[in-house]
Amino acid sequence: MTSSATRAEVCAVACAEAWRGDGEIVASPIGTVPTIGARLAALTFSPDLVLTDGDALMTAEPLPVGAPADAPRVVEGWLPFGKMFDLLWWGRRHVMMGATQVDRFGNQNIACIGPWEKPKAMLLGVRGGPGNTVNHPTSYWVPNHSPRVFVENVDFVSGVGYDRVPASAAVHEIRVVVSNLGVFDFDTPDHSMRIRSVHPGVSVDEVQEATAFPLPANGDVPETRAPTDEELRLIREVIDPQSLRDAEVKG
Amino acid sequence: MADKRTTEKEVVAELRDGMTIGIGGWGSRRKPMSIIRELLRSPVRDLTVVSYGGPDVGMLKKVVYGFVSLDSIPLEPHFRAARQSGAIEAMEVDEGMLQWGLKAAAMRVSFLPCRAGLGSSVMEVNPGLKTVRSPYDESEELVAMPALPLDVALIHANRADARGNGQYLGPDWFFDDLFCMAAAKSFMSCERIVDTADLLKEGSEQTLKINRMMTDGVVEAPGGARFTSCAPDYARDEALQKEYATTPWEEFAPKWLEMS
Repeated sequence: MTSSATRAEVCAVACAEAWRGDGEIVASPIGTVPTIGARLAALTFSPDLVLTDGDALMTAEPLPVGAPADAPRVVEGWLPFGKMFDLLWWGRRHVMMGATQVDRFGNQNIACIGPWEKPKAMLLGVRGGPGNTVNHPTSYWVPNHSPRVFVENVDFVSGVGYDRVPASAAVHEIRVVVSNLGVFDFDTPDHSMRIRSVHPGVSVDEVQEATAFPLPANGDVPETRAPTDEELRLIREVIDPQSLRDAEVKG
Repeated sequence: MADKRTTEKEVVAELRDGMTIGIGGWGSRRKPMSIIRELLRSPVRDLTVVSYGGPDVGMLKKVVYGFVSLDSIPLEPHFRAARQSGAIEAMEVDEGMLQWGLKAAAMRVSFLPCRAGLGSSVMEVNPGLKTVRSPYDESEELVAMPALPLDVALIHANRADARGNGQYLGPDWFFDDLFCMAAAKSFMSCERIVDTADLLKEGSEQTLKINRMMTDGVVEAPGGARFTSCAPDYARDEALQKEYATTPWEEFAPKWLEMS
């Protein structure tokens, strides 16, 4: 019997679940834990997922996270940024991005804090958020759930949420938001965020206190499912032998 | 056959105050840093720079970008400081919109219809952005991404010949061909100039992404992308990049500008 799962491992499995049933599309995880999740999904219940090395190559077998640039890999395809942009229009992609802020309708901000004209804190820039969210499914990963991240209103809309969906979106789906405290989705009548599950050891009150807007739950909130022994083995021995996940999620 | 070999100094002599310059590469990868260094030594100012931004967006009037990042250092501190102090103007768009703006310029049309941007704050902070309704399907309303014509494009390749053909040996050529085609004039630095007959010795036909119609000058600049990466010739110089990111520009610049 493997030792019980850490919070980071629970999060990795919760991220993997985001890609369940996605079939033969590119999984684009941003961040260590989402990357572990995508590779775990491909090794278990979503074997048709297309993975990359985080750069321009499609890899036939999942690489360990943190693998050096010259680590051996089986290359099955080529996806430089120009091709990735084409693929995004085509819709065969599900990205899990970070979010410096996310609001109750799933609007995401990675651009700036404060007014855009003269930000209090300039961040990355919108990057691909606007295009991702109107072209293919998008999920978000938040390793530090707090009221400063889960805000009433984002300062800048990079990724488009459910209250701003343009009529000409090809698709619009914010699949899930996974945080270090739980899993959240938009399966409510008005597509506002709700708690889908809380991670083992986390209470609903704790999640609510760490969130700046009210989070409904449909009935009793279940616990996020625990990793199986095989999933733990894959995470610890195959996908993340250096335990990089522990630098992203404590405890 | 024209010999397009030139120097960083001669390239910079082509630039004028207030021009719009496109810079190839991506983040902190394969940026034409030796030309940028020469540019910073010159009196040319008030440039608008269009870029998948890395450490190439200092000393400007305006930046057109989708993001600015040093990759291994996710947020570019000097860019942040410039934006937060209001020292520079900005046009912030989705990275796919930036591609479309360059493509429109390369295709010599005034705009291309684009889905990215709809519903996001990009539409609010760029009041000049308009939408367009499909003449074939009235329910389809898309962003009319304006062309981003460039006065000059600056790119860095792994290999080139004296005629101005360019070769990429790394995994991604980014959008360097589009930058050149969107520009009135384009200059390419490279790690090494080789005989045209030798171009295919190091890579397949598909690595010849830049043809000589796209370029007006070629600068042989070994290490010319440093401290950004130039795969497979060299990796990013993380130590120098860290110094750049953590040192006030006034202190870093004199030292960096003296490097050849």
